[in-house]
Amino acid sequence: MFADIIKILSNAELTGYIFEGLWHSLLVTLIAALLGLFLGFVVAIVKIAPNNAWMRPFKIVCDIYTTVFRGTPVALQLFIMVFAVFAIPGFKPYAAIITFGINSGAYVSESIRAGIASVDKGQMEAGRALGFTWLQTMIRIVLPQAVKNIIPAIGNEMIALLKETSIIGWVGSTPGSLTFDLNAAASTIFRSVPNYLASGLIVGCFYLVIVYIMVLIVKLIERRLAKNER
Amino acid sequence: MNANLPPILSVRDLHKEFKDLKVLRGIDIDVNKGDVIAVIGPSGCGKSTFLRCLNLLETPTSGEIVFEGEHVFRNKHALLKEEYRQAKKAMQTAKLSRDKQAIETAQDELQKIKTAYEAEARLDKETEKRVKKTIDIHRQQIGMVFQQFNLFPHLTVLQNLTLAPQKLKGLTEAEATQKATALLKKVGLEDKANAYPATLSGGQKQRIAIVRALAMEPDVMLFDEPTSALDPEMVGEVLKVMTELAKEGMTMVVVTHEMGFAKEVANRVIFIDGGVIKEENPPQEFFSSPKDERLKDFLSKVL
Repeated sequence: MFADIIKILSNAELTGYIFEGLWHSLLVTLIAALLGLFLGFVVAIVKIAPNNAWMRPFKIVCDIYTTVFRGTPVALQLFIMVFAVFAIPGFKPYAAIITFGINSGAYVSESIRAGIASVDKGQMEAGRALGFTWLQTMIRIVLPQAVKNIIPAIGNEMIALLKETSIIGWVGSTPGSLTFDLNAAASTIFRSVPNYLASGLIVGCFYLVIVYIMVLIVKLIERRLAKNER
Repeated sequence: MNANLPPILSVRDLHKEFKDLKVLRGIDIDVNKGDVIAVIGPSGCGKSTFLRCLNLLETPTSGEIVFEGEHVFRNKHALLKEEYRQAKKAMQTAKLSRDKQAIETAQDELQKIKTAYEAEARLDKETEKRVKKTIDIHRQQIGMVFQQFNLFPHLTVLQNLTLAPQKLKGLTEAEATQKATALLKKVGLEDKANAYPATLSGGQKQRIAIVRALAMEPDVMLFDEPTSALDPEMVGEVLKVMTELAKEGMTMVVVTHEMGFAKEVANRVIFIDGGVIKEENPPQEFFSSPKDERLKDFLSKVL
């Protein structure tokens, strides 16, 4: 097995696949994460906003969104989005990224909502009593306090997202396409070096290192935010 | 105190229900400029709910609240609803009896109540629409102090005081800071300007909460059991600040269990029980010769 690992690592073409896959995994995760964070934030605000007549339709749409995207497997969502909703030639990788983003947004929205709900409701009352509007109080007083509670959950979600994107190759991937990620690289290498344990171990190490770096980043942010709290 | 001026706050027939629980059952009170009103009563009597209705942190079920001559809450059609239903029912009964006279009377009655109901409903709706836009401006004029202080933990003491005046009244940072520093000096906490709330004692927190509200230069201050969450030794320092404030002529409504404060600082004391004002009097009379049985019982337990 060691011989196979060395064989893979010393072959320029095969290591090229790995680094291309690594780059694509990171890129897909990053874009999907940004989309997910944006969606999740908006949905969380809508869900937590006062329940008045003109907010109600938005609340219903957001409820359906989180229910559907958290309630069905992401692989199924991927196939439906790629082969049905966005069945446009050449759009496949983008459809996949959008799917991961939308799926992640459903989870992120719940993390953010829970983070906001964990802030003492006296804070909202104190803000309103001073004359701030609901939105002003949310932005200036509640959200800055909620962020601390949200960051660890978001970190978790980003780690899950990175690994989730490893199914992107299922919709078909060839080197050179955005859908050719780390996992796809492992499969392609298998064709030259027929030892899946070897290529799998190498790719697994890459995933592990990225996740570890993400964990460190989350810890760093947490420590930064804890500074003005005693 | 000044009879020539219209009241700052005028409350009429205020009701508040939480689902099946009727907390307020018709409160009427005028708060005049310079009044210091102590609100006392057993726990669960609705005194905190009453206070929270005054700046609409709690939306009343029906009644009227007029703040500085303008309705900030008006719902009179809710009370007529039951009457309207009764009239409709009476109409049904009359129809069944086939008595022409009875039908006519019921018809007239129904028409009258329907007109009144619809007129009130229209006015209520107009008020609601207008208040939606103005309530945040009104709240700037109504300071509020909470039992749990509710300081903003992510901001320093100084930032707690300058945030609202800067963002809502358009003060520059320098102006807001100058004013905040003066206020902090007044309550003897100028050395805490750059501390975070978590590092302060309860009494210090509450004094900061009071000046945070004062920084907006409100016309009336509402206190919701401001000393109830404090260690006994810290109650004095907070009451002292409130007493000074009263002496300066601030209009105050104070929900409290501090009978000493009610006796010595307030000019009116009201007793709420079962969601209504059972007794209102100047403090001497209130404490020396209570008339309401429930109040007598209450005073005998707390004094």
